[in-house]
Amino acid sequence: MSTQGIPAPNAGRDAAADWMQNPVRLLVEQASYAYSASDRDAPDFTLGPVTFSARQREVVGILGPNASGKSTLLRLLSGEFKPLSGRVELDGKPPSQLPLRERAQRIAMVHQESALTFPLRVWEYVLQGRYPYGRRLRFENEADCLMAENALAQVGAKALLDRRMDQLSGGEGQRVILARALAQQPLLLLLDEPTQHLDIGGKVELMRRLRKLAEGNRYTVVVVTHELNLAAEFFDSIVLVQRGKCLASGKPADVYRRELLEQAFETELDVEMNASGKPRVILRGGEETEIAEDSAETPKESQ
Amino acid sequence: MRPLTPRRIAGICALLAGVLFIVVVFSLQVGAYPISVRDVAMTLVRGALGHWNSIPSSDRLIVFGLRLPRIALGILVGAALSVSGASFQALLRNPLADPYVLGVSSGAALGAILALVWLQRFPWAMQGLAFLGALATIAAVYFLGRRKGQLDSATLLLAGIITASFLSAIIMFLMTTVSGRDMRGMAFWLMGDLGTAPAIGLGFLFFILLIGIGAIYTTSSDLNLILTGEQEAHHLGVNVPRVKLVVYASASLLTGLAVSVSGAIGYVGLLVPHVMRMLFGSDYRVLIPASAIGGAIAVALADTLARTVVAPTELPVGAVTAAIGAPVFIYLLRRRLA
Repeated sequence: MSTQGIPAPNAGRDAAADWMQNPVRLLVEQASYAYSASDRDAPDFTLGPVTFSARQREVVGILGPNASGKSTLLRLLSGEFKPLSGRVELDGKPPSQLPLRERAQRIAMVHQESALTFPLRVWEYVLQGRYPYGRRLRFENEADCLMAENALAQVGAKALLDRRMDQLSGGEGQRVILARALAQQPLLLLLDEPTQHLDIGGKVELMRRLRKLAEGNRYTVVVVTHELNLAAEFFDSIVLVQRGKCLASGKPADVYRRELLEQAFETELDVEMNASGKPRVILRGGEETEIAEDSAETPKESQ
Repeated sequence: MRPLTPRRIAGICALLAGVLFIVVVFSLQVGAYPISVRDVAMTLVRGALGHWNSIPSSDRLIVFGLRLPRIALGILVGAALSVSGASFQALLRNPLADPYVLGVSSGAALGAILALVWLQRFPWAMQGLAFLGALATIAAVYFLGRRKGQLDSATLLLAGIITASFLSAIIMFLMTTVSGRDMRGMAFWLMGDLGTAPAIGLGFLFFILLIGIGAIYTTSSDLNLILTGEQEAHHLGVNVPRVKLVVYASASLLTGLAVSVSGAIGYVGLLVPHVMRMLFGSDYRVLIPASAIGGAIAVALADTLARTVVAPTELPVGAVTAAIGAPVFIYLLRRRLA
């Protein structure tokens, strides 16, 4: 990944040829955003300028502590928010300016949790992914059904077809939600903390699957996650944010520097390289490391 | 995988229409003056062919003058209330939403009574104010039912019930200002009653209800997506604010009209969509027409009960639907919270 969206001058002819065949799909340049209670108030939260880019078949991880602006960044990419300054472009067009349905044909979003009020069958749920295609009030045809079946097959959930959504396990539900996003046939697939309710096996499986989907379907995938080590293992590049600031972006090996990670997560960490050249984060210190305590709650021990 | 087709919807509607027809014939038969199925059929056929003089005058009066208009009113009101209930359930993502439980019916009733007290001369004032009352109430309940920017199921229902009781207090106050004879009529109407023919005419009522239900039906694909979450629907390409505006306005129109002609008939909007979901699934493309016909069946049947169980006197139909609906509501609420 190059942060400017153009190849470095010394990258050589292979890189240049690769760039011609596989141009930048998602371009984020100095994009910022701010929330405020009303127009006149000072913003409650600001997401500072973020710059990165991604091609098709690339998986990008957005990492950072809670409330650092990860989801806001994702919503900028999805076009739900319009950047306050800078630009976000998908194939040269700002997503926030696309009509909603056109946007949904290009960008699919998998949300943190989707509580269901009414029992839906898995196939009904996945077919909803076909909504952006065709008229607003429409009935699905055979092509839509094939697409939905194919999407379920890609997440290994074809057997769940006739099950009810509210009777699925966390991992099964996650796969079906992903299948609905695949049925949208997007260019850009966005996921907001998809590993939250999965065990370690499920997490690894999901990461492998995203990798495979990006390769096979030529998606660009952007994932908000807390999984530092899985992200380093499976993702092409990382955007590290903290308190609304973009601390770094680039290849995992470049971003996973001790000072940076310690600054971002405010805890003592070590980074080592494994045999394949991928960074791995481990906790340093252990029991003797001090944690901040509120003196009012534990007056004796704080003395 | 069995995707919904227009053919399947037509089949379900035809089935329900058949049931409705049987209910109508049954309802035409029973009452203080029972008529045999054969006589009902003969009367209907002769009436349809225009052979008015060959019908015995008593049958003609009872079937065409008394029972049929009342049944028709019940059909229209039932369809309106049950579609509006199904719509509120989707927008609020709450299966227990119902115009009566949410206080929307009370808001419409207050509007209608204000028109009765102050604007008697204007024929459409009752319908207009009932619509505005319904719209204002759902807006108020929607905002009261939010906690930390999120719709909370229990808070929403509480907000609806409290709003209804507040509005009832105002209605009571207004009713004390009218004369005793009018007051009994009003009290009966408030409980939900189909005994009075609507001043605006059945044809007009039918036409406007059709527009309201049609407007909601055009958003049925969008409602399916909104059920899985507003954010999700937005990212699938649904213009959520527009759908909410259309559906809240149309559902308020349906409730307002129904209440202005028949008072606050409760729980139809809760029970009917629930049963239809169990029978035909949660897809709004089939749920809306099924609820419309199902609501017609339910109210026609409830009103038949209301005018026969304590014959020769009558119950308000709202008493019948509440007697059946309230226990079912409690059952559903407890099962959900368990």
